Amino acid sequence: MSLLTINDLTVEFPTRRKLFTAVDHVDLSVEPGEIHGLVGESGAGKSTIGAAIMGLLDRPGRIASGTIRLSGDQISGLDADAMRGLRGKKISMIFQDPLTSLNPLFTVREQLVETIQAHLGGSDSEANKRARDLIDRVGIPDPDTRLDQYPHQFSGGMRQRVVIALALCTEPDVIIADEPTTALDVSVQAQILDLIKELATERQVGVILITHDMGVIADTTDKVTVMYAGKVVESGPTSRVMGQPTHEYTKSLIAAVPRPTLKLHRFPQISYGGRETRFAIEDMARHWPKVDNDTSKPVFEIRNLTKKFLQKRGLLPWDRTYFTAVDDVSFDIRAGEVFGVVGESGSGKSTVARMIAGLYPVDGGTITFEGQTVSDLTNKAALDAYRKNIQMIFQDPYSSLNPRMRVDEIVAEPIRHHKLMDGADIKRRVDELLDQVGLGHEAGLKYPHEFSGGQRQRISIARALATQPRFLICDEPTSALDVSIQAQILNILKDLQEHLGLTLLFISHDLPVVRQMCDRVAVMKQGKVVELQETNDLFANPQTEYASELLRLMPKLDDLSIEGLSPEA
Amino acid sequence: MFAYIVRRMFQSVIVLLVVGLVAFSMFRFVGDPIDNMLGQERTQADIDRLRGELGLDKPFPVQYFKFLQGAVQGNFGVSYRQGRPVSTIIAERAPATLELAFVSGFLAITMGIALGVFTAIRRQGIAANVIMTVSLIGVSLPTFLIGILLIYIFSVELDLLPSFGRGETVMIGNWSTGFLTSSGLKALILPAITLGLYQMTLIMRLVRSEMLEVLRADYVRFARARGLSDRVINFRHALKNTLVPVITITGLQLGSIIAFAIITETVFQWPGVGLLFINAIQFVDIPVMAAYLMLISVMFVTINLIVDLLYYAIDPRLRVDARAT
Repeated sequence: MSLLTINDLTVEFPTRRKLFTAVDHVDLSVEPGEIHGLVGESGAGKSTIGAAIMGLLDRPGRIASGTIRLSGDQISGLDADAMRGLRGKKISMIFQDPLTSLNPLFTVREQLVETIQAHLGGSDSEANKRARDLIDRVGIPDPDTRLDQYPHQFSGGMRQRVVIALALCTEPDVIIADEPTTALDVSVQAQILDLIKELATERQVGVILITHDMGVIADTTDKVTVMYAGKVVESGPTSRVMGQPTHEYTKSLIAAVPRPTLKLHRFPQISYGGRETRFAIEDMARHWPKVDNDTSKPVFEIRNLTKKFLQKRGLLPWDRTYFTAVDDVSFDIRAGEVFGVVGESGSGKSTVARMIAGLYPVDGGTITFEGQTVSDLTNKAALDAYRKNIQMIFQDPYSSLNPRMRVDEIVAEPIRHHKLMDGADIKRRVDELLDQVGLGHEAGLKYPHEFSGGQRQRISIARALATQPRFLICDEPTSALDVSIQAQILNILKDLQEHLGLTLLFISHDLPVVRQMCDRVAVMKQGKVVELQETNDLFANPQTEYASELLRLMPKLDDLSIEGLSPEA
Repeated sequence: MFAYIVRRMFQSVIVLLVVGLVAFSMFRFVGDPIDNMLGQERTQADIDRLRGELGLDKPFPVQYFKFLQGAVQGNFGVSYRQGRPVSTIIAERAPATLELAFVSGFLAITMGIALGVFTAIRRQGIAANVIMTVSLIGVSLPTFLIGILLIYIFSVELDLLPSFGRGETVMIGNWSTGFLTSSGLKALILPAITLGLYQMTLIMRLVRSEMLEVLRADYVRFARARGLSDRVINFRHALKNTLVPVITITGLQLGSIIAFAIITETVFQWPGVGLLFINAIQFVDIPVMAAYLMLISVMFVTINLIVDLLYYAIDPRLRVDARAT
């Protein structure tokens, strides 16, 4: 008998206009000690299944049909009190963002003890002892000190360990992990996934691992269920589903995953469901001012760049302490290349980008753009002329577009700011841009919230291209996107480089993506560039220990099917 | 922390100086105190003499400087109307206002938080919706109107509570309190409700919206997923987080309870500093007005400082240096 069995589950959300079926006749079963992956794009219904098991469906969602059984006993349809007895005790959950899933105002000990006592009762000293054991078990060093600290004193990875400890408080049978590592760095992600694997084997817990990351699925899970639009499209042992996918959707999903070992010219885009959107690069290239990229000379010369942030404020200057975010960084960016910067969060990669874009003042060193020093520009006209050539695409397409502005206003704003055109010309240019990025000029009349993440990132691209820049800074442009959308956006960026002669500074923590996109890569650690190489050389033969460690932690994806991929010659 | 308090004190002093300056520049427009102080048979010589004695012939920055000189030595001058030191008059009147403000502030905070939490948790319930609708009336009716309505209902029609004054008071040292006699307590009810109603509805609506926000937070969902009871989630996890932003507004509101006691004190003829101020304006009693305004600003500044220190007590993120490992 399976530990957890889901039979023919349908979850519906009645809305004012129509009934939305989030989960459509899904079957699923999990054995003790097994990690079962649930994969699909956002909106596929993965998280809804998790919420349905926990009895935590957001209103007005409801289980319309089907049953959920835990060790043979039906748990769907139980009343609120009975369900609360199961939650945390028999079934636990780990959420995506460890930064927000712990209450900031209580110490780790308080949160652990209250959970233990809520389910097991017992004296304070027993609960405290158990809390200490758990913190020790999930690999947090110095448990006695750390128990009395507040969540903000822990790093992201350590917080996720605390969350796991909380989920383990009462020896649950099933753990539902909803995107447990999406918000973490690669190295931390590997540690957390290892911990989950160990716990599953050691305690014979069944784990449902919800993720959109194929790498996590391939490396961690025993079985996998692929979902699309609320339905299960394919299910089976991970190696079989990843190696020989049978369903068209699974095939195209796997094909869109960036590989660390195989450099492709373009990503195959997901064709399932007919959602491919055209990007009219030829059309755009025709109107683009011709640039001759003199590849022998660097566009940017960065010399001894340094940035310090105030860490502790103080009344007197010697009370203040500074944090060196970027420490004596030097590199060149050649015309027409895609220059990658990789590193973990806090390594200073975004700070470098912001200094180049002129968003942060420079504390030391110089930035030279086409022979002109730009890091000390104060003259507004010269600064504007420089900025016209530099545009930025940000990570989060949700917060980087003003929700109160219409899309055509958003795209027109840089043109108006730089006074490049007026009146009807602006409108024509904006319509053209929106057509070219594949949204259609009708999109200009809508507001950003009416678009999906991928479409919003296209709006960001249209906005960045509005001033016809020479240089694009892409700060993690795809890390908030699904793998299929990521493939589309990366293809667009490649097109921009190839057909328009743009130079790109590409910042990412995702090594496979960097492998696909970049010509040369700088590896940053604690504000310093530790290694700078041609991409292929870096991946084949890293020179520093840090770089090889990063490469080692990267998901291997060797098992993934390579059907339909055409490696670059 | 110490540096922070020192910096705040420094800012507070600047605020007080500016308030005083603005106040003194306004006094010229309130009227001429000499008119009220001398009788019908005054001569121009009398007027000039008195004006010279009071220093009113000097430009207002000089008057202000003289006031400051006295104030730092604890001497706020002598009331033009009563001929007694202003500090004595205010010390007599302050207990009435402070007791009234304390009771209505206490009512506003406790009732406001309780009702706010209730309406947030039972968002869909009938009772919560009724409270929300009634609270709209509380916010939109002016204070004096509420006072008059309460007097009409409870004093005129039902004859349950006194309509004016403090009732009997007992002196404890220099402090006259109405807490110890039944007539003093009865007299406190209507003014306290009148003064606190607006603040209560404001705090309630604020708590409600903050609480709704917090209840959507991830850590509340996670607490629910850990199987904690609703009581623990609502009153331990959610409420404490709700209070962080609520404290700022509440602190400012408490300041305005003392400041806006003027209206309530006028309606109920409450013998506090607010009534004193109103009378002082009528007689252009500049020393009393100046001292009152300074007193109110000191209170505002102090309450704000306390509020900022409370942040440290509630939110550990501000307390400890954010040094993640």
